[in-house]
Amino acid sequence: MSFFADTWIVFSRAMKLSLRQPLWVVIGIMQPILYLTLFGPLLERVASVPGFPPGDAWVVFVPGLLVQLGIFGGLFVGFGIIAEWRSGVIDRMMVTPASRTALITGRVLRDVVVLVVQAIILTTCAYFFGLRAPIWAIAVGLVLIALLGAAFSFLSYAVGLLTKSEDAFAPLVNTVALPVLLLSGILLPMSLAPAWLQVLSSINPFKHIVDALRAVFRGELLTGEAGLGLLLAVILVILGAWIGNRVFEAQTR
Amino acid sequence: MSPEAQAIIEARGLKRSFKVRGNSIDAVRGVDITVKAGEIVGFLGPNGAGKTTTLKMLTTLLAPTDGSAIVAGSDLRRDPVGVRRNIGYVSQAGSTASEAKAGEEIVSHARFYGIDAQTATERAKALLAALDLADVWDRKCGSLSGGQRRRLDIVMGLIHQPRIVFLDEPTTGLDPQSRANLWSHIRKLRDELGTTVFITTHYMDEADSLSDRLLVIDKGEIVAEGTPAELKKKVSGDTITLTLREEKDAVEAAGVAGLLAGADEPAVEGHMVRLHVPDGAAALPVLLTELARAGIEAIGVEVNRPTLDDVFLTLTGRSLRD
Repeated sequence: MSFFADTWIVFSRAMKLSLRQPLWVVIGIMQPILYLTLFGPLLERVASVPGFPPGDAWVVFVPGLLVQLGIFGGLFVGFGIIAEWRSGVIDRMMVTPASRTALITGRVLRDVVVLVVQAIILTTCAYFFGLRAPIWAIAVGLVLIALLGAAFSFLSYAVGLLTKSEDAFAPLVNTVALPVLLLSGILLPMSLAPAWLQVLSSINPFKHIVDALRAVFRGELLTGEAGLGLLLAVILVILGAWIGNRVFEAQTR
Repeated sequence: MSPEAQAIIEARGLKRSFKVRGNSIDAVRGVDITVKAGEIVGFLGPNGAGKTTTLKMLTTLLAPTDGSAIVAGSDLRRDPVGVRRNIGYVSQAGSTASEAKAGEEIVSHARFYGIDAQTATERAKALLAALDLADVWDRKCGSLSGGQRRRLDIVMGLIHQPRIVFLDEPTTGLDPQSRANLWSHIRKLRDELGTTVFITTHYMDEADSLSDRLLVIDKGEIVAEGTPAELKKKVSGDTITLTLREEKDAVEAAGVAGLLAGADEPAVEGHMVRLHVPDGAAALPVLLTELARAGIEAIGVEVNRPTLDDVFLTLTGRSLRD
């Protein structure tokens, strides 16, 4: 009971602060929009190359951009918690009877809401470029992105609180982000890759999440591909929440 | 009620060690702390003495490695949530986000204690007015001055009407006027609301003028405890410093001064002589007469009442200013 009440308090405070700085939401969405406008048209030509997965260029490309948005949208929130920690806000909340889990979950929920709004904007833009996917597929896509964003947001807060320094946090996050991005076939599908690279990328769970979202956008929901991606996303959220909570609790240990 | 029943903080053997590169470092080496309800207790010590670590243990922000404590009626280890309900904590780091509006931060904070928004707003406005912050409600916390923001932190720490408030170096970085102003607000807390105040500081004047009782900590151990007056009595009286024209005069003057009633062994440094006597004002005319009789002319003389720094120096052999 206290958990939900406390989560709501943390969420509404964080949301208010985000709404006061809408610029950050805009900056967050700018990158995928730039990819969409400046890189997407290139793909329309590449789509005829052998090895290109089924579906037209937009059905392949937009899921990739959405996953990228989910990963990066979540990954960098740790910067915010470092600033909050430095200004004493975290200790101030820790010293109240509030549920520890609520302190992190409320913040993650805010990030998820921001992310979903960004994803809706991105998908709407993509529609005008020529994306055609069923409405239910886009809804499933948003759920998948919300899960992914939540997982990364939990993890990012955990790493932020562990390092407590932007100088340590930034390189760490970039070191993780780049290989994850390159090996997930977000920009170009991995089916174009040589065999060794395909093997390497198949170890990367995010590749399967991108594949799942592409399948969903093609209208295939009840396939192994889609199921595996959704399952992985759920596992990631559970893992992220578990780690995030452990780190928050360990703050007072 | 027995005196024990009135204790609002009762810590025994509280200890905290940190692991740094495989080595265990004892930040706090087993402290006993008793604070009675309604006291203002100053926790005095140099930087790095273990003040903040002790405070974080008492406020549930850091688990003790060993020892136990009852804070505001709840056991620190077994019922940290119970402790949290009854204490306020004002950290050195602050408590508010720069972009947030002051009023919103206070109300949102109050809701963690189960206080509804309307009650929180009423209380917050009263507290803000009491701390001369009546017009900051819609201002961003980042736009407040250092002194205003510190007082806002105190409002945050008091919104749930805690039985004890812990203040960690509340006046660090403030100008003298804001400091004096804050002191009077802290006194009012106790006098008007009956809040027990536990305040850490490394400023001697602050500890001296604000606290009913002092705990002196050094290298993780409590080295003295008592009212400022009691602690000063531990230093053997007032200090008399004589300045003479020549070094050989100083040695002779030391011989004369050493005969004063209750004087300790005078210390000679160049042409200065320093000694302690129980009552400096009474000893001074006698000393000057005796010096004149011995044909020694003092060119300067000074009498100093003991300060808390002398206390610290006597206790630890080091100055707090170091």
